[in-house]
Amino acid sequence: MGERWRKLPMWQRLLAPAAGIVFLYYLPYLAIPGLEYVRTDFAEAGSNWSGVLFTCAVYALVAIGLNVVVGLAGLLDLGYVGFFAIGAYTVGLFGSVESPVVKMIQRTFDLPETWALAWGLCIPLAIALTMISGVILGGPTLRLRGDYLAIVTMGFGEIIRIVARNSEWTGGPQGISAIPGPEGPPSQDNVVFGLIDPTPWYWLAITVALLLVVATRRLEHSRVGRSWLAVREDEDAAAVMGVQGFKYKLWAFAIGACLGGMSGALFASRQTFIDPTNFGLALSITFVAMVVLGGAGNMFGVAFGAVLLTYLPERFRELQDWRPFAVGVAIVIVMIFKPAGLIPSRRRARELKDRAEEAVAANV
Amino acid sequence: MNFDQLFAHIGQHTLDGLSKGAIYALIALGYTLVYGVLRLINFAHSEVFMVGTFAVLGTWTALGVTGTSSVTMILVYCVAGLIAGALASGGTALAVERIAYRPLRKKNAPSLVFLITAIGVSTVLMEIFGWVLVWLNRDVMGRDPKPFGRLIAGVPTVVEQKVLFKVGDAEVTNIMVIVIVAAIAMMIGLDIFINRTRLGRGVRAVAQNPDTAALMGVNKDRVIMLVFVLGGIMAGGAAMLYNLKLGTTKFDVGFLLGIKAFTAAVLGGIGNLRGALLGGLLLGVVEVYAATLTQSNWEDVAAFVVLVVVLMFRPTGLLGESLGRARA
Repeated sequence: MGERWRKLPMWQRLLAPAAGIVFLYYLPYLAIPGLEYVRTDFAEAGSNWSGVLFTCAVYALVAIGLNVVVGLAGLLDLGYVGFFAIGAYTVGLFGSVESPVVKMIQRTFDLPETWALAWGLCIPLAIALTMISGVILGGPTLRLRGDYLAIVTMGFGEIIRIVARNSEWTGGPQGISAIPGPEGPPSQDNVVFGLIDPTPWYWLAITVALLLVVATRRLEHSRVGRSWLAVREDEDAAAVMGVQGFKYKLWAFAIGACLGGMSGALFASRQTFIDPTNFGLALSITFVAMVVLGGAGNMFGVAFGAVLLTYLPERFRELQDWRPFAVGVAIVIVMIFKPAGLIPSRRRARELKDRAEEAVAANV
Repeated sequence: MNFDQLFAHIGQHTLDGLSKGAIYALIALGYTLVYGVLRLINFAHSEVFMVGTFAVLGTWTALGVTGTSSVTMILVYCVAGLIAGALASGGTALAVERIAYRPLRKKNAPSLVFLITAIGVSTVLMEIFGWVLVWLNRDVMGRDPKPFGRLIAGVPTVVEQKVLFKVGDAEVTNIMVIVIVAAIAMMIGLDIFINRTRLGRGVRAVAQNPDTAALMGVNKDRVIMLVFVLGGIMAGGAAMLYNLKLGTTKFDVGFLLGIKAFTAAVLGGIGNLRGALLGGLLLGVVEVYAATLTQSNWEDVAAFVVLVVVLMFRPTGLLGESLGRARA
């Protein structure tokens, strides 16, 4: 399959993704006979189809960001939800007129009560803040390896959530409401990005996701990306070859974090309301599960994993009580039979095969 | 920050912390044993503990336990609970190893795959016991079981809590004594088992160098099974003490406790049995102090902050990794 694909002429290889992208944008109106049953609103007590698509797109973006950290650089980050939360809270705290931070700024600078930072400024701010927090977390902790890193990042995620719950300036357990979207604070006047129809939201999310896919892909094939792979395979060998492991690991953390922040910001804008319960450890673990289940290291794989784990529970709502059970069983089965994930990265699949052969050789 | 409150009752808080930390330490042993031998974090261990709490609950209900102050009856109930918990948890740990981990070990999969599998196993176990909880909370008259649903299940009281004696102005209750004594006794037992017996020598050998141990005739698979069962038994003991102390359980009881116990194991030096004891007790005390200082809002943050600070200065924990090096 892969070989034949690479032999096709250039225009055919460009046409297929183009068609795929057009199909992605068409999805909210999906009405092709036979495919209709894919829609979630066909299910009993089903939810809004475009809304589900939006969530899928946001989580795919999360998975692509986490893939940089886990799949490419090989750093196990169990606190990724922390970055997602920082992105969401940045838009909330600086963009909403209800937020304590905005109110404080209004008082200090004598601004009118309707003043708040515009959405267009909140997004770059969210990205900047998450990137900084990625560096702050990575700086002291990236010297740790493997499982130690996992527990420290998990602690980081929990710290973010508990700080959000217990501080007054984040709204505490009540959270923040009236989070703005591209058209400003949520209200009846928002024609395009309103509360009723999530289709434009989905298009926005999918556009952002596609742009960042291209950007991440370029990064993956650059000098930085190759350094990540080298560090993932063998940090000591990479260091001998002159790769500065720490520097590139920090880069991976910062870039992964800013993708997480971007998706968190989108999520908060669409929801218009967030509170600390949105950012629990279970979500963080689901993120890692998306990446590994889909195929760590392969961008299509992780996006597929994210969509699967978001979409299937929504489509099969009538089996509500069985959902988590089924997901658990599915994870175990996939991992045992396909340890490299459903759509594995070619390089990683080869590595895993090598390891399996070594194991057989060692047991003889 | 309420420092007066803390220093006024420092002895009491330390004791509370120790009795909390003893349970962490027992669970932490399961993480540490498996890590020491397989270099692998068994993230499903928290659910091994959870299964234990349900087994203890079932046994005590079946025995018709009532709050009593007679020492013999307390001992009988505790030992019965301990056996039930150890059997259930040990069995669960063994089953997890056989069903989920062994196929992965045969493929020499990277640790990330083990982690995700463990998460899957945890979800499955939690869901199963979520249904058990719904069944336990069902209304006898056949009405909707929703009011309590999966929230919580009460455990029969074994011991009526009372103050046994005072150290300074710190009150020592009978439950505290049972928890700390039982936990330390189990840990000493495990330490002797690992360091003095033939089977324990096998565990240490595999921890030190699996290939050489295999050449010397140690059955690696059997050692790994033994390690999972031992960890499970310790978790079962912890489950009994937890039920005794708090009197409730629920399907996700293992989640936070597991994280704390894992933190304790890392704090003391994962792979080091005595480190798990030290880490567990320390973590318990730190948490109780932090809870007093901040009206319990920030106790979970304190645990993680301590962990990060310790790891920054001692990357392998307080006592270092050493299951293999113990008496090497």
